[in-house]
Amino acid sequence: MKNLIALFLLLLVSFGVAASEGIELQEANIDLSNNASLQRGAKHFVTYCLGCHSIKHIRYLRIALDTDVDQKKMLKDIAPEGASIYDQLHSAMNKHDAEKWFGTQPPDLSLIARSRGADWLYSYLKSYYIDPKSPRGVNNLVFKDTAMPNPLWQLQGEQHAEHKKNIWGDEYTNLVLKDPGTLSAGEFDIFVNDLVNFLVYVGEPVQLERQRIGKYVIFFILMFLVLAYLLKKEYWKNIH
Amino acid sequence: MKRSRITECNDWFLERFPLTKLWNDHMAHYYAPKNFNFWYFFGSLALLVLVNQILTGIFLTMNYKPDAKLAFDSVEYIMRDVNWGWLIRYMHSTGSSAFFIVVYLHMFRGLLYGSFKHPRELIWIFGMLLFVALMAEAFMGYLLPWGQMSYWGAQVIISLFSAIPVIGDDLSLWLRGDYVVSDATLNRFFAFHVIAVPLALVMLVFLHIVALHEVGSNNPDGIEIKESKDPWGHPVDGIPFHPYYTVKDLVGVGVFLLFFATVIFYMPEMGGYFLEHANFIPADPMKTPEHIAPVWYFTPFYAILRAIPDKFAGVIGMGGAIVVLFLLPWLDRSPVKSIRYRGGIYKKALCLFVISFLALGYLGTQPATPVATGFARLFTTIYFGFFLLMPLYTRWEKTKPVPRRLTPVHSLEEQLPALIEEITVLKPASTEIGHTAFKGSSFSRQPNPEGIKNVISRLAKKAIGSLD
Repeated sequence: MKNLIALFLLLLVSFGVAASEGIELQEANIDLSNNASLQRGAKHFVTYCLGCHSIKHIRYLRIALDTDVDQKKMLKDIAPEGASIYDQLHSAMNKHDAEKWFGTQPPDLSLIARSRGADWLYSYLKSYYIDPKSPRGVNNLVFKDTAMPNPLWQLQGEQHAEHKKNIWGDEYTNLVLKDPGTLSAGEFDIFVNDLVNFLVYVGEPVQLERQRIGKYVIFFILMFLVLAYLLKKEYWKNIH
Repeated sequence: MKRSRITECNDWFLERFPLTKLWNDHMAHYYAPKNFNFWYFFGSLALLVLVNQILTGIFLTMNYKPDAKLAFDSVEYIMRDVNWGWLIRYMHSTGSSAFFIVVYLHMFRGLLYGSFKHPRELIWIFGMLLFVALMAEAFMGYLLPWGQMSYWGAQVIISLFSAIPVIGDDLSLWLRGDYVVSDATLNRFFAFHVIAVPLALVMLVFLHIVALHEVGSNNPDGIEIKESKDPWGHPVDGIPFHPYYTVKDLVGVGVFLLFFATVIFYMPEMGGYFLEHANFIPADPMKTPEHIAPVWYFTPFYAILRAIPDKFAGVIGMGGAIVVLFLLPWLDRSPVKSIRYRGGIYKKALCLFVISFLALGYLGTQPATPVATGFARLFTTIYFGFFLLMPLYTRWEKTKPVPRRLTPVHSLEEQLPALIEEITVLKPASTEIGHTAFKGSSFSRQPNPEGIKNVISRLAKKAIGSLD
């Protein structure tokens, strides 16, 4: 019977591995305590994403408070012209136009980092390549036939896909930067990382606060546990 | 002496309400066996989680909007703009998973020590009704955030009713209140989730406890402590629930809260198991997610459903997996209750059952590939085999003699000094410069490889031997 159990466990593990195939994602470096990165990310978002995508679940004021920016500076440097500090990050794009232009409405990105994950977003934004067959002229390695054109192409430059085979004969695709953009590869990585960092913050603005409070709560519970244990021991000393 | 006003008020109240009697019957003079172990914490913990769910639930309803257009946004409003709303929501969402963990362990305790057997069949029945009500509560609560998984999970589960011949389609239409899951469904699920089912849960908890206190608690030895009483009529092996088990359960509460708080503050999504990633996308009736999986606590039953090729048979199988649990007191024909005195067959069968339950739980979260379905069929067979073959193997197997009184308990604290003695060895302290500060003690304890090996091999032998 022990062999049987071992066999079951082995098989379970083996199809656990088989189930997680797909494209390997690049790791984003998420640090929510890095206010400078979050501020840059907010600025990038307003410049490159807000044209189509809203983040309706957050206000400029909350971002200013959480990332430690002066409210006036927030409105001057980050928020679009004419925005109020109490405004949520709403896109100005008309719903009907969006459907006409992209075939779908660009989703609200308030929770995108929670549904997709930071690494996915980071890899996605970096994986556009020139594809003459696609209606938008570009395609994406992480999200095939995505409706979104590459908003960052001027910064990154143009990537081309190269199909190769590894030593086992499996096909894989490599992206090669043929025509560099205004940013170097390293600068672009930081740019995308800041943007993703900001989206992770927006997905759950309370994250740092919750981790900070958690320490005190757990310390308090530990104290309670010690007292409860001593109380139990005292009451039970005569029970055999 | 003149009686104070407070005492008078007190007496006035007690003459009209049997508070003292209730307290004594159920706490101070309720005798429980003195050998409860780790497994006996989960009953009181389930009660704690129920209270947590009700309290946090009340605060959530203050800002939640049961409307298909507003529900998703109102949850995010709670998470961001309501003061401490995130904490209350995470307490509620983590609480629902914690409820199932605690209840599954509580039920497993029943399987270990035969707590469902005579004279506690009714307690088990009430407990099973509680489990069914809890599943209904969790299922309907899961629709309320109105995310993609909420929506499509509900769609899949309600459509199962349409597999029932003749009345199926009308029944599922009646349940949904619409042809697809919609605002009407959300509204009625909200009503059931916040009023109807919680009321049923509280009443069933009451019945569960009243029935328990009538016959008394079982224990890890599976002996009726009421059979040996002292001259004052108290069970010799029993101790009053209060204060002994109230203070002991406080320790359990502390340990539970430690885990609970760690999840709430550091991993509220629990890697996508407690809060599924796809549920952070608003429900969209036009877009079916590529992979629909229920929350982890339903996945064993979902795997059984998918393992059976025919849809209606699958529904019967899934329902049967729960119905068969109700029959447990009559399926088990063993003369002894506790696993300590059962034969090897039950122990091995229980072991296989636990493995297949966990494996089904895992398979339920995964896409149904042919290999996975094959395994799900195997484990489904074991799941049902455990119950349906029980009348045979529990009757055949040779049980061990049951003692008349509870066997003594050796707590970890008592065993620890001897264990340390065994796995370490006293050696003269080294004369290195770094150790000169400890001149007073010229001996120090160092790990003893021989002793550690002995302890491990003894434990391994004990574990293997305990299966027979």
